[in-house]
Formats: sequence, structure tokens, C-alpha cells
Amino acid sequence: MNISISSRKKAVAYLFLAPSLIVFGVFVFYPIGFALWASFTDWSLINQSPNFLQWANYSRLLADSRFWNAVKNTLYYTLGVVPVGTVISLCVAIAVNQRIRGIEIFRTIYFLPVITSTAIIAIVWTFLFDPDIGLLAYYLKFLGFTTQGWLRDPNYAMPAVILVSIWKNMGFNMVIFLAGLQSISESLYEAASIDGANSWHSFWYVTLPQLRPTLTFVIVMSMISSFQVFDQVYVMTRGGPLFRTETVVQYIYHHGFETFQMSYASTVAIALLLVVLILTILQLRVLDRDIN
Amino acid sequence: MVKVNYGSSRSIMRITLIVFLSFLAVFMLFPFIWLLMTSIKPEAEIVTYPPKLWPTRITFKAYVDIWKAIPFARFFVNTVVFACGVTIISLLFDSFSAYAFARLSFPGRDILFLVILITLMIPFQVTMVPLFALLHKLGWLNTYAALIIPRASNAFGIFLLRQFFKGIPIELEDSAFVDGASTWCIYWKIIMPLSKPALATLTIFHFMYNWNDFLWPLIMTTSMNMRTLPTGLALFMGKHVVEYALLMAGVVLSLIPITAAYLSAQKYFVQGIAMTGLKG
Repeated sequence: MNISISSRKKAVAYLFLAPSLIVFGVFVFYPIGFALWASFTDWSLINQSPNFLQWANYSRLLADSRFWNAVKNTLYYTLGVVPVGTVISLCVAIAVNQRIRGIEIFRTIYFLPVITSTAIIAIVWTFLFDPDIGLLAYYLKFLGFTTQGWLRDPNYAMPAVILVSIWKNMGFNMVIFLAGLQSISESLYEAASIDGANSWHSFWYVTLPQLRPTLTFVIVMSMISSFQVFDQVYVMTRGGPLFRTETVVQYIYHHGFETFQMSYASTVAIALLLVVLILTILQLRVLDRDIN
Repeated sequence: MVKVNYGSSRSIMRITLIVFLSFLAVFMLFPFIWLLMTSIKPEAEIVTYPPKLWPTRITFKAYVDIWKAIPFARFFVNTVVFACGVTIISLLFDSFSAYAFARLSFPGRDILFLVILITLMIPFQVTMVPLFALLHKLGWLNTYAALIIPRASNAFGIFLLRQFFKGIPIELEDSAFVDGASTWCIYWKIIMPLSKPALATLTIFHFMYNWNDFLWPLIMTTSMNMRTLPTGLALFMGKHVVEYALLMAGVVLSLIPITAAYLSAQKYFVQGIAMTGLKG
């Protein structure tokens, strides 16, 4: 009797799990395994009998200058977005954390870009940078920048994409920092001010150390999402001009859905996976250390 | 709260801060204002040089024409079906699993939970090519099934709901169990109604994420009639760069539902976003 009840209970538990497990199995684990397998073959949608190529795709990757260009652009993007975006969001979070009447209005406004679709808002920015109709391009001309429009200028296209990404994500990081700031105990500041600390001191010796886990989190999250950047690049430049904004995901898309060299696209994807996994493990380690 | 010791210059600091915040607000709002203004300008006025922000003559022609120029109504319906479909099914499946992980005991529970959490580390871009091939083989491309079913369960949702369910006092279930309630009955009649705050936050998280998503619907749909708002509008821009007001009207219309939702349920939005903070 007891055995049948407990095995019935088990069956019920697995029934509850079944829908999710099927979805994960078919649409996450199977494709991951498939991508790994495909990276060692010449498989594609049109190649019905793929050959095993051993490491050929990987040696091609190492010698592929367009891939390294994409890596370089992705690093450039990351180095533009992460430090600047983090510092600005932290400053803004501190500013909107002050007790001023009506401060919620500013928070609401700063957060607004976060809820919009990156692809859709990138359309708007594309036109703002347009040298013919774009108001921003017109203003930038007065500041002494090129008249050709940033998105068509190989040297300014990536900074333009970076600017849009910082604008879009500032509110997100602000909210995370705000939560971190509000969890710092008031008594720490009181103790600091009794010791004669001015506001700079209390920022440097209280806020910043207390905010370390939040800071780590924001930096690593922005890095991970920077390595995966696609939408704004696709809409604003399609990787151009002169491949100067082509990122790693853009390059995966190019081989997966434009040249249909799907096995090679999978090879690039596996390389991306490795980088993201390393970053995630690094984050978990640092967070773990901070908590203990 | 960061205490800033203003001292005697307190009000000057405060004014400086407000000026700074206002400038930043203008910068943050500028694309939206330009977008609105451009959508109500006559086409001729948009292309005059030098460009101006405010229109001299207002027209709503673009808001009428957009519905005929592209299958805009289809984009709208597709996006609603996609975003709502994923949200509803995922909430259901995730809460099933979360309930099993939080309350039922079965062999392999902890390992299975860990395996599901690991999927959080895998970027979608890594699986997209094989996924495309799989759905192509199934003949699902350009269907709602292809858009919705691969997203029907979400590791983050399972994780979040499991934490929430674990916080519900178990005594409630015990007494129901004594009264002869089935597991399903406990899940549906006790756990789910008590979890409304977590479910609301997740609803917003899923809805917003899918309403705004770009790469996934981009690869899953090739027919114009199956495009969502972000993919349809972005590809429309690629093809017809000349009709600015039309495109801007489309952008405004696509932003209205999500912005309205944000302004009316701001707290949940911010919570939902901040919670992705747990995602790591």
C-alpha cells in the first residue's frame, strides 16, 4: 500500500515536470548537442550527408580574419559600453536616490528606454543620425563632427552604436544600483559621519565597498550581454560600414542565415558559448567570495 | 540612502542636481519627442534642410496610411499572439515544475533542478542555427507554434516561482491534504492563488521580453504576414527608407501598448527587471 502511494507520488511529480523537461530537452539541450556535433562536420540544411571534419572548422576559425575582426569589434563595443555605462548608471542611481520631491518622475523617465524594443528604438536612432533628416546629425555638425552621418562613417559607426546601447540600458543598471544603495545600512553612514567623514569619504569608504556585489553583478551582466549584441547593430548598420561594426553574433547570423554555412556558424557559436561560460563562472566565483 | 552633507551650500547642491537631472531627462526623452513630432509632420517638412524638431503643420495621415502600406494589423496581432502565448504557457509550465521542485519529493530532484539552472548560462545565439534547422524540418517556420513552443518553459521562471512557493507556509497544504485534496488541487487552489505577486511580475517579464524580441522572430519568420512589430518595422525600414512619417507612426503605435502598461504598472515593471538581476 505504502509503496504504491509513493510510486504514485513520484509519477505525479514527473507529470508536473514533464512539459518543462520536454521543452528543455527538445529546444535547448538537443540544439546545444547538435551545434557541438555540427562544429566538427560540414553539415548544413542542404547537405544531407555531412562528413566528419575533425578540427577543420576550428582551424579555419583561428585563421579567419573576418572572425577576428568581429571579435575585435565586439571587444571595442564591450569596452565602450561596460565602463562608461556602469559609471554613468551608478552616478545617476546616487542622484535619484536623494530625498527630493518629485524624484520619481526622473526615475520613470530614465527607465523608459529599458521597456522599449531595442530593434524598434534603433530605427529611431538610425534616423536621428541620418545626415539628411536627422536632428542629431545636424546638431553634431555644429559641434564640429563629420557631416556624412555617424552610421556611414567607419570611425564613428561603432561609437554611435555604443551611445545608443548606453542610452538604452542606463535605466536598467540604475534600478539594480538603486536596489543595492537602498540595502546599505544607514548606521554605516552615521558611524562614518561621527568619524568626521565628508560625503566623498563616505562614498569611497562606505558606499563603494558595500556596493561591491552589485557592482560585480552589473559589470559581468553588461559584459555578457555585450558579447551577445545583435539587434541594434543589425538595424543601424548591418555590420557596416566596411565591417567596422560586425560583431560575433552578427557573424554567426551571417553564416547561419545568409551564406548557409551552418556548421561553421555553429563553430563560431561554440566559441561564443565558451567565452560566456567563462564569464559566468567568474561571476559566480566573485559573488560567492563577496557573500562569504 | 547616500547621505550628502550639503552644509551651508545645501540648496545650491540641490539646484545643481536638479539641473543635471533635467538635462539628462531631456536627453533620455529626446528620441521619443523627435519620433512623435516626425510622425505628425507632412513628408515634405521632414526632408527640408535644416531639420527642425517642431512641426509647423500637423497631419495624422501617416497613422491612417500605415495600416494599408504594410500588413501592420497582422504585425500587431502576431506580436500579441506571440507575447501572450509565451507568457501564458510559460507561466503554466514553469509553475508546474516549480511546484514539483518546491514541494514534491522524487529521485533526481536536485540534479534536475541544477540541469535546468545551467540552461540560464547558455546564450540563445548558440542554439539558434540548430533550432532553425529543427523547426524547418518540423515544417513549423512561419507558424505561431514555432514562435511560442520553444519558449514554452523558462529556467528563470522556474527558479523564481520555486523560491516563492518555498516561502508559502506548508501547513496550508497539510490541512488540505488531510481533507483529501489531490496534489493538483493543492497546486491549483492553494499555491497558485497565493502566488499572485510573483506571477504578476513574471507575466510582465515574459510579456515585455517577447513583445520586444527581435532575433528570434527574425529567424523564425520569413513571410511578411507572420512578422512581429520589431521585425516587420525593422525590415520595412530596410526596404522603404523614403516614407519617414509612415515608419515613425508605426513605431509610435508599436510603443503605445508597452508604454501604457509601464506607466500603469510601473512598480511591477521595475521589479520584474530588477529581478533579472537574480538571473546570474
